[in-house]
Amino acid sequence: MNLEIIILTILTIVGISTPILLAGLGELVVEKAGVLNLGVEGMMLLGAIAGFGVTVFTGSPWLGIAGAAIAGALGGLLFGFFTLTLNSNQVATGLALTIFGTGLSSLIGLSFVGRIVAPFGSVFPPALSRDPILKVIFGYSPIVYFALIMVVLVWWFLRSTRAGLILRAVGENDLSAHSIGYSVIGVRYAAIAFGGAMAGIGGAYFSLVITPMWAERMTAGRGWIALALVVFASWKAPRLLVGAYFFGFLMWLELYAKGGGLAGLPFIPSIPSQFWAAMPYLMTVVALTLISLRDRIGSSAPACLGKPFLPAN
Amino acid sequence: MAILTRRNFIQAAGAAATLPMLGSTAFAQEKLKVGFIYLGPIGDYGWTWAHNKGREEMQAALGDKVESVYVENVAEDASATPLIRDLANQGCKLIFTTSYGYMDQTLEVAAEFPDVKFEHCTGFKMADNVSVYNSRFHEGRAVLGTIAGMTSKTGTLGYLGSYKVPEVVLGVNSFLLAAQKKNPDAKLKVVFIDSWFDPPKEAAATETLLNLGADIVTTHTDSPAALQILEQRGLFGFGQGADMSSFAPTAHLTAIEDIWGPHYTRRAQAVLDGTWKSENIWEGMVDGTVVISPYNASLPADVVAEADKIKAGYMDGSFDIFTGPIYDTEGTLRVEEGKVLTLEELATQDWFVKGVETAA
Repeated sequence: MNLEIIILTILTIVGISTPILLAGLGELVVEKAGVLNLGVEGMMLLGAIAGFGVTVFTGSPWLGIAGAAIAGALGGLLFGFFTLTLNSNQVATGLALTIFGTGLSSLIGLSFVGRIVAPFGSVFPPALSRDPILKVIFGYSPIVYFALIMVVLVWWFLRSTRAGLILRAVGENDLSAHSIGYSVIGVRYAAIAFGGAMAGIGGAYFSLVITPMWAERMTAGRGWIALALVVFASWKAPRLLVGAYFFGFLMWLELYAKGGGLAGLPFIPSIPSQFWAAMPYLMTVVALTLISLRDRIGSSAPACLGKPFLPAN
Repeated sequence: MAILTRRNFIQAAGAAATLPMLGSTAFAQEKLKVGFIYLGPIGDYGWTWAHNKGREEMQAALGDKVESVYVENVAEDASATPLIRDLANQGCKLIFTTSYGYMDQTLEVAAEFPDVKFEHCTGFKMADNVSVYNSRFHEGRAVLGTIAGMTSKTGTLGYLGSYKVPEVVLGVNSFLLAAQKKNPDAKLKVVFIDSWFDPPKEAAATETLLNLGADIVTTHTDSPAALQILEQRGLFGFGQGADMSSFAPTAHLTAIEDIWGPHYTRRAQAVLDGTWKSENIWEGMVDGTVVISPYNASLPADVVAEADKIKAGYMDGSFDIFTGPIYDTEGTLRVEEGKVLTLEELATQDWFVKGVETAA
């Protein structure tokens, strides 16, 4: 592996990681507010088709990204209406949102099958974005940098701002937050909308950047990996960043191993490639085990995660 | 995933439920109801898209005499069984199961419905009411391999595979053998992604193949994702299942198109006529089942001429890529000089020819 190939490999891994990082970051905020939204896959698909459709009509991938965020947020708000206003079961409603998002995106997508848009690549001048070495810094779609900035913002928001503290309070103890006057439902709606928008942008990364086209179910289960990633990161934004790139690395390693890239190494080539494919999930289990070993008093999951908010009056 | 499958099934079933009211009550002659089990979404622009085109062609050709229903996104596991059974229960008298992974499920349901005819695509297990049908895609792969062998600068080719099943193994071997006739040192990197349809993974796998040194990639998965990566990298590849040139106008050199319409029309007509028999049908270029898309205008004339020679050889039966001597990756002589592999041998091929590099 020479330097140029290593840089191309880094670009591949960033490409795999960015959508799950975006969707995972959104879901992290949602879960921090005490809501479990299993509809990430559906919201990603809504974002993918909305981003693609808006880009086809307007010619602007920036508007496409905005459209993807709005579509994802609307999907999230629909979930919010059922789970927060009507107090439906969050797990069942989240699964329903995935099914709904899959179906609706397929339906809307019927008129977009076979069309393409220009890939939403780097906006830096070609001297930087196409340079064999410098492209490791400048060669990405704006969405990649956006995702990194959002990691910092979410981390700062949850850790150091008053609003972040309120959001965490709502997730840890909704009744207490309610009793001192915070709007639990309002905070949760906002978190869910944010989570939907991030999932939508993550979905648009597929339809605008990786493969600038629409294909039914083109996210192919990445929403579920994003959900595993949140647990793997134990609800912490910096760990989510590391985890997303680590998952991306493992997913790349599976393909690299299958292509014979690890041949010649001792022992490793005899490991079946299915092992690498299972690694992200195995690592999640390992992370969960380590977390529970570390603090036996309670898990690091938000205490109200997945529970309906039922105030006494 | 079972829930998703069922949702689609309900759509198809709903559509099916309304159709008979228009059909069978209005006409004296009973319509033949034909069912299809699809692997991917009909909008995959590849494998399933091609089968659905075939269904539409059959419907157009036979008009009022048939009606058709389909279920898309059917997983290749036990969940396929009840869906096939439901098609039979709905009154389908002819059912096409259009992927290798439905083999045992098709036979299981066929045993329960002896008066229903089943046709399983790319499999090899038969019964009195189960035919198997396949297409000699590897003939098309030989054309692509010829082009790749003459186009590749590095001599390292890439093959984006789905699963290590005979159909794909044949494609891999045919592609490389043809390339080696033009460049004896040609090597082939193969990555199996364990899916027929996963655009992000197809894209990442294509990038990985390029990073492993390949400069031309052919796909045996069902979306145009690989071609789009090649287009972005300024490299070349081939479409699978359908002409995918609209997705990658520069990178798309040609494609193997699967044309199922004539087969579906013939078999439905055979059921209508009462002449349907259980058969093992392998059709190829000469039957019009495997079609090579128009070549990219950028292909040099000598490459086109060589590719056309392979096509012509298959049309008049003078050429077969699986003609010995052929050595496997271990260097063992698998096909002796002058011998040609039979269809039975092809249908169960599980070894790779010399020059294939894969960890699978």
